[in-house]
Amino acid sequence: MSASRLPRVAGLLALVLIACALPFVMSNFRLFQFSQVYIYAIAILGLNMLTGYNGQFSLGHGAFYAIGAYASAIMMDRWNIGYGWTIPVAGVLCLIVGFLFGLPALRLEGLYLALATFSLALAVPQILKYFEHWTGGSQGIVLNKPNAPFGLKLNPDQWLYYLTLGVLIVLFWLGANLLKGRIGRAIVAIRDNHIAAEAMGINTALYKSLVFGVSAAYTGVAGALSASVIAYVAPDSFNVFLSVTLLIGSVIGGLASISGAVFGALFIQFVPNWAQDISKAAPWAIFGVFLIGFMYLMPFGIAGGIRLLWIRATRSRVPQEGRSAVPTQAHTTT
Amino acid sequence: MDIFIQQVVSGLATGGIYASLALALVMIYQATDVVNFAQGELAMFATYICWTFLNAGFPYWVAFLSTLAIAFVGGVVIERVLIRPVENAPILTIVMVTLGLLVICNSVAGWIWTYVQKPFPSPFPERPFKAGNIVFGAHDLGEIQVTLLVLLCIYLFFRFTPLGLAMRAAAHNPVSSRLVGIRVGWMLALGWGLAAVFGAVAGMMVAPVLTLEPNLMGGVQIYAFAAATLGGFTSPGGAVLGGFIVGVVENLVGTYVHFIGTELKFTVALAMIIVVLLVRPTGLFGSTIVKRV
Amino acid sequence: MRRTRQLLAIVLALGMAALATVPAGAQTVVGVTATEIKIGNTNPYSGPASAYGTIGKVIGAYFKKVNDEGGVNGRKINYISYDDSYSPPKTVEMVRKLVEQDQVAALFQTLGTPPNSAIHKYVNQQKVPHLFVATGATKWNDPQNFPWTMGYQPNYQTEGRVYAAHVLKNHPNAKIGILYQNDDYGKDYLKGFEDGLGDANKKMIVMRQSYEVTDPTIDSQIVNLKNSGANVFFNITIPKFAVQAIKKAHDIGWKPTHYLNNVSSSLATVLKPAGLEASKDLITALYMKEVTDPQWRNDKGFTDWVAFMKKYYPEGALDDQSNAFGYNVAILMTQVLKQCGNDLSRENIMKQAANLKNFELPLLLPGIKVNTSATDHAPIEQEQLARFNGEKWDLFGDLFEAVRKH
Repeated sequence: MSASRLPRVAGLLALVLIACALPFVMSNFRLFQFSQVYIYAIAILGLNMLTGYNGQFSLGHGAFYAIGAYASAIMMDRWNIGYGWTIPVAGVLCLIVGFLFGLPALRLEGLYLALATFSLALAVPQILKYFEHWTGGSQGIVLNKPNAPFGLKLNPDQWLYYLTLGVLIVLFWLGANLLKGRIGRAIVAIRDNHIAAEAMGINTALYKSLVFGVSAAYTGVAGALSASVIAYVAPDSFNVFLSVTLLIGSVIGGLASISGAVFGALFIQFVPNWAQDISKAAPWAIFGVFLIGFMYLMPFGIAGGIRLLWIRATRSRVPQEGRSAVPTQAHTTT
Repeated sequence: MDIFIQQVVSGLATGGIYASLALALVMIYQATDVVNFAQGELAMFATYICWTFLNAGFPYWVAFLSTLAIAFVGGVVIERVLIRPVENAPILTIVMVTLGLLVICNSVAGWIWTYVQKPFPSPFPERPFKAGNIVFGAHDLGEIQVTLLVLLCIYLFFRFTPLGLAMRAAAHNPVSSRLVGIRVGWMLALGWGLAAVFGAVAGMMVAPVLTLEPNLMGGVQIYAFAAATLGGFTSPGGAVLGGFIVGVVENLVGTYVHFIGTELKFTVALAMIIVVLLVRPTGLFGSTIVKRV
Repeated sequence: MRRTRQLLAIVLALGMAALATVPAGAQTVVGVTATEIKIGNTNPYSGPASAYGTIGKVIGAYFKKVNDEGGVNGRKINYISYDDSYSPPKTVEMVRKLVEQDQVAALFQTLGTPPNSAIHKYVNQQKVPHLFVATGATKWNDPQNFPWTMGYQPNYQTEGRVYAAHVLKNHPNAKIGILYQNDDYGKDYLKGFEDGLGDANKKMIVMRQSYEVTDPTIDSQIVNLKNSGANVFFNITIPKFAVQAIKKAHDIGWKPTHYLNNVSSSLATVLKPAGLEASKDLITALYMKEVTDPQWRNDKGFTDWVAFMKKYYPEGALDDQSNAFGYNVAILMTQVLKQCGNDLSRENIMKQAANLKNFELPLLLPGIKVNTSATDHAPIEQEQLARFNGEKWDLFGDLFEAVRKH
């Protein structure tokens, strides 16, 4: 273990350094795009904890993203609270909402859970429009882009880039520790065989709702960051397609994989742009072709595909490795 | 009282729309264990094919039946060509492929037929029936009957034909089915074909009310999901009943609960479904999933 | 194993970084060279609002016609249009791409109220002309606070007030029922109508019913409206639901005085599918020639448009009013560029856009003219009421001038 640790840490460090250097070589527009990628990556990691590691399907994470974004926007707009404070608050709020939603969700499995969460995603835009007094209704809330604090010589795009990158690193580090440790093993054990997990003394109910809460918190933080980066929130930004897009990101990136969240985020940020560069007549069709194509080439997501390639390249014969990292089908009946 | 009855009647009519697509969703779930997110878009596409026939001057029923035939073949081909390569992949991978299919169908339909909405004929008489102050749309009644007829067909098919039994077996336990000589791959393809046919029926029944456009089924599919979830994804009858319940409850909530009004009626319907799921986690009529440990 | 993943990510990141470096053109006037001028646009070519995408395409087709005929003052129009799927975050991204990377001289006809709201502040900070936005909200006409933004069509609130004035004059004791789409568009109409009724609105409006754009049907709402005893119906719906509303009201025997919003005034896609008999006596407010209305069949503006469509945008539908809308506004944009002469600086583009005097567009109703000034960023402010006689829209009354707020 410790021998493999050094190159790993070095590699990660190099990555972080490169990411930190980007603002010196990239235009503000590209930085904005990468801030978006980091935000999506955080949201997808949240979804991945729930769906990939714990085997609970969610088609409703757009709802938590929206709650995070609106919580942050309302705090900034109504009470003039600094955006920096709103981000953790949005996270905690989503943690609570997610945990509470996770309690009844305990009774649901597979498809029914997916559809219950889907309802949440459908209901949120309607609810946002209903409480017009707080949310600005369908007109949304226009926000200010934050300037860099402490007299740092950064423009708002550069500052937001570093902020999202910083949050990403902290949350990924926390997430990796959580998932690779004792708790993570329990979470995966519940996915693979919850009865056996229970027999081993794991409190499955508590763990499952806790994972729901943490997952929602990650996605909520991402939403709060997006409110500042886009500087505008409106119900139209959080329609069902957002939830579907996040799910696409997590599956394409690779379920039950931490790096997969980044790949998935890159996919949902850049592939629609490529699709429209190819055809303006039917950009969605091109996107669909990309989506299906990726799934054919890498049924276990990009992270899974890379893993398989690596195995093949090093000729080590562990062909079933990729498969074990993927949730078992929810409806294997006797 | 009149208003109450009229709201129930119009709720049933709307519920019939949800139910018709919900049947296709249940069909494919029964036959392949997959939720097909592209079901509504496939139905929309089939409806456009029917429209093309009608536009070329074919009589209604000829166009209708030809469309069903094309839909069947189309469903089978999609399974063989698009789904088969990921047959053994995790369930979410297959879901992704159906999502890809959804956006492709939607986009291509807009590209071929433009987004201008087109009137679509109804095979039923135009004059509504009146009973006192209560009005029944003739098309609504016809549509409900067609939905019930499709339901009956599904029931008879799965219950009494060897093929239906083989399909159920193939979906539930592919390995054992293969051992007893069922050609599992073709059973799945057949499931896709039949679901596409039921979807096409739904599309052609819905289009006269909603007018044909590429987003014809987007909203309907959301409600169809709700209906199937409420009724139970393993029960065709439950899905139909679920459709009617969602349609009626939504109307009554929008009419009588003034605090909620029309702005939140859908949210309330969704909340209600979640509450039902808490009591019956596999829907009203869904069979409980039994797992071997 | 993990190392490869990281290695790959590094390679990926470096690749992206390489992609990202953009050469900054050293031009004195942004987006303009001796031979071309860059105009940027966003439209929903994908997603649930893709029906509007045809506007972006017909504009491109018109600019191609202009270029084929030699361009504007010797410069070709380089029209760059991106897909934002009607999603505000995507609009922000695409508009930043247009402004910062493609360096367009001006933005034109960005579509939708929420998408434009998301970029409103940004384009004004960047001082980029944000011209003739494709939305009916009122906020685009605010030259004091947002001098770089300009609307185009008559706004929904104004139209709502047109109907309110007609109701007050002709049906002072009306009981009004309203059906509206629960979003910015529906609520703007509703506000204009309520404001127009003034103090009378509390007493006159007996019921408001809303629907979501994702709802399949609106039967229930129509039943409730009939039951409310309303004898005037203000129908704020997009074409799909307008058809249902007209049909359903007819079916259940509800015969109110029926005001239908301009958005759904198409003969071919709304009134015919709903039934010409059921559509008789509908009242709407028009500012454009409705392209499927037989009364314009021999109109020069209309025949020119058809010829243009056949040559430059053959795949576009001739019964889609959006294609007429885009054609009109593209002509207006071309006029602004013509007026600029050789000075295509952003300041001058904005100045000329705010200096349109009695300009006529081929598919506007006769008599309706485009007027703008430094204090008036609402180009089209006139509408005329029309009643459907079973075959065509009969225009009646005078042109209604919107009350200018600024």
